[in-house]
Amino acid sequence: MAMAEKTSDAAPQAQAVGMPALHKVIFGVLLAGLIVLPFFVYPVFAMKVMCFALFAAAFNLLLGFGGLLSFGHAAYFGGASYISAHAAKVWGLTPELSVLCGAAAAGVLGLVIGSLAIRRQGIYFAMVTLAFAQMVYFVALQAEFTGGEDGIQSVPRGDLFGLIPLADNMALYFFVLAVTFGGILLLYRIVHSPFGQVLKAIRENEPRAISLGYDVNRYKLIVFTLSAVMSGVAGATKAQVFQLASLTDVHWSMSGEVVLMTLLGGMGTVFGPLVGAGIIVTMQNYLATFGAWVTVIQGVIFVVGVLMFREGIIGVLARWFKRSL
Amino acid sequence: MFKKLAVSSAALAAMIGSPALAQDIAVKLGVLNDRSGVYADLSGEGSVVAARMAVEDFKAADKGIAVEIISADHQNKPDIGSNIARQWYDVDGVNAILDVPTSSVALAVGDITAEKNGVMINSGAGSTSLTREQCRPTTVHWTYDTAALATGTGAAMTNAGGKKWFFLTADYAFGHSLEENTSRVVEENGGEVVGQVNVPFPAQDFSSFLLQAQGSGADVIGLANAGGDTVNAIKQASEFGITQAGQKLAALLFFVTDVHALGAQTAQGLSLTEAFYWDQNDETRAWSKRFMDTHGAQPTMVQAGVYSGTMAYLAAVEAVGSADDGKAVSAKMKEMEFDDPLFGTVTVRGDGRAIHDMYLFEVKTPDQSENEWDLYNQISSISGEEAFLPMLEECDFTKQ
Repeated sequence: MAMAEKTSDAAPQAQAVGMPALHKVIFGVLLAGLIVLPFFVYPVFAMKVMCFALFAAAFNLLLGFGGLLSFGHAAYFGGASYISAHAAKVWGLTPELSVLCGAAAAGVLGLVIGSLAIRRQGIYFAMVTLAFAQMVYFVALQAEFTGGEDGIQSVPRGDLFGLIPLADNMALYFFVLAVTFGGILLLYRIVHSPFGQVLKAIRENEPRAISLGYDVNRYKLIVFTLSAVMSGVAGATKAQVFQLASLTDVHWSMSGEVVLMTLLGGMGTVFGPLVGAGIIVTMQNYLATFGAWVTVIQGVIFVVGVLMFREGIIGVLARWFKRSL
Repeated sequence: MFKKLAVSSAALAAMIGSPALAQDIAVKLGVLNDRSGVYADLSGEGSVVAARMAVEDFKAADKGIAVEIISADHQNKPDIGSNIARQWYDVDGVNAILDVPTSSVALAVGDITAEKNGVMINSGAGSTSLTREQCRPTTVHWTYDTAALATGTGAAMTNAGGKKWFFLTADYAFGHSLEENTSRVVEENGGEVVGQVNVPFPAQDFSSFLLQAQGSGADVIGLANAGGDTVNAIKQASEFGITQAGQKLAALLFFVTDVHALGAQTAQGLSLTEAFYWDQNDETRAWSKRFMDTHGAQPTMVQAGVYSGTMAYLAAVEAVGSADDGKAVSAKMKEMEFDDPLFGTVTVRGDGRAIHDMYLFEVKTPDQSENEWDLYNQISSISGEEAFLPMLEECDFTKQ
């Protein structure tokens, strides 16, 4: 947990109430950028980046602020994408209800798995979450409704609130923007609430938090479940965007990818996971023409990241500017 | 015949009429496959090479068709594949997408192709859903499907005397459907299934399952699995000396690149069905030599299928006179009859299923094999009508 301590040094003046002006500006610029983005880059790609940004941000809530390394977050992301695809395709629900179904399913899953996993710490915690994620993977592989290795395909895009058709990429883009940006703001609010402060206290020194009278396990369980719910929102939204849910989303490599995104961008920072997700997804898409080189380049970037800037890209920037980002 | 004559004379009239003869039709083809993962050897860059050879052999430039080929790696992930496909159609102006191995990706790309009015000529994926549950007017499934492989191997081996079957089935939807398809054919041909065992997926250790199969008294052990599982099962079967002891081993989804990787020593005696093998006749040998010179490996049936499918697609584009309307081009493909050096005579059914012969091969023993690519003895050929599942009425797009 040496890394966690380092990043907290970079963010000494994290405030408990209100949003610092700098963050307001960054969020404002980000929102403005995202509104004009689909006119410059391909909207489906931009939607994918946003879904992964929310996923990484949700993961960061657990790892960066709760100090818990889960190696099974694909279970919530992928599980929710299956439920939301099924809800939209078979039950015929509207997109927003499908996303809620997915998120709720991820929440229940997170609550159950979390309540067992938080009894252990460190590597054992990671192993327990991985084991449960593998169980979810096998359910997805075997269960009737998931379509095995073909996944759930041709999910209709449906009408938002039963009114606005999302078949058009642009309409869908702004729906996804609202969901993911709202989700990220919500995560920001959680981190900077009194609850978030307690979480940081637990991360820094668990025995002291216990001695101060905090029910540490309850906090851990809540943050685990919250992280699962938000990962679920991301996965469920992704299923609506791509009109499919597949084994890729529940595979353990997805759990690894989100760790990579978070570490590359900057664990325990507000904007790091967004940057990390942006970089990894962009590489996977734009380097697709290079074939086998994608994984090589991804590996090199990770090695360089670990050797040169361990706090992640945003973590390094935060240290340079002596600001919490 | 009259129709063709009419079309060609109309085309001729049009040609005489228009002075801008050369490069009238622009076609952009996208080869979308796995270039870094498990299917990179059987599709990958080789499929791009095959597509280029098809453009060359079709003499597209002489016929006024300007063809551009682009390619990308879908990394076997449906979201990445579908993102690339959408972008190709929306932004890059791609007219047809070729190859697309991995069923989940193929199904997603098939949907997008229908939505964007392109054409998908699938060579790499095996799912029968492409022309059944998820059939689309713009999907053409060229090379093989799992049912054809199962039928080919099941029927041909049962008729050749392998009456009693035992299945090692990968315990997920794909494995079960493979087993179901094959046992149906085995029983239709007078054979019987004496037993089956579900193997967890993915599996490393097949020894207890192989012992069960060995003790079952079956003539044929059917491997209803794929990829690494099949490789593991064959390696361990070879250690048990199963084929040398007289039982036959049948792989239900296996490719020449897998056999090449295992080598004749390990894979000897294995039976499998493919749509193409490089060493079938003079024409396939000549083509494969050209392929080998560029690519450095012998072609797989998937790569050969990309060649054959591209030739057919270009012929249909020429007949239609434009590549812009994917529906029209795929409808034209379903009217035409194709003949090429690799697949022989091919027709495309109303549901997009390409019909051609399939072949049952047996892997040579190390004594018979003269070089590393000299791997198969051809046992029999299975006609297309027999090999592929019958067409579903609701998927016959020629009647809609």
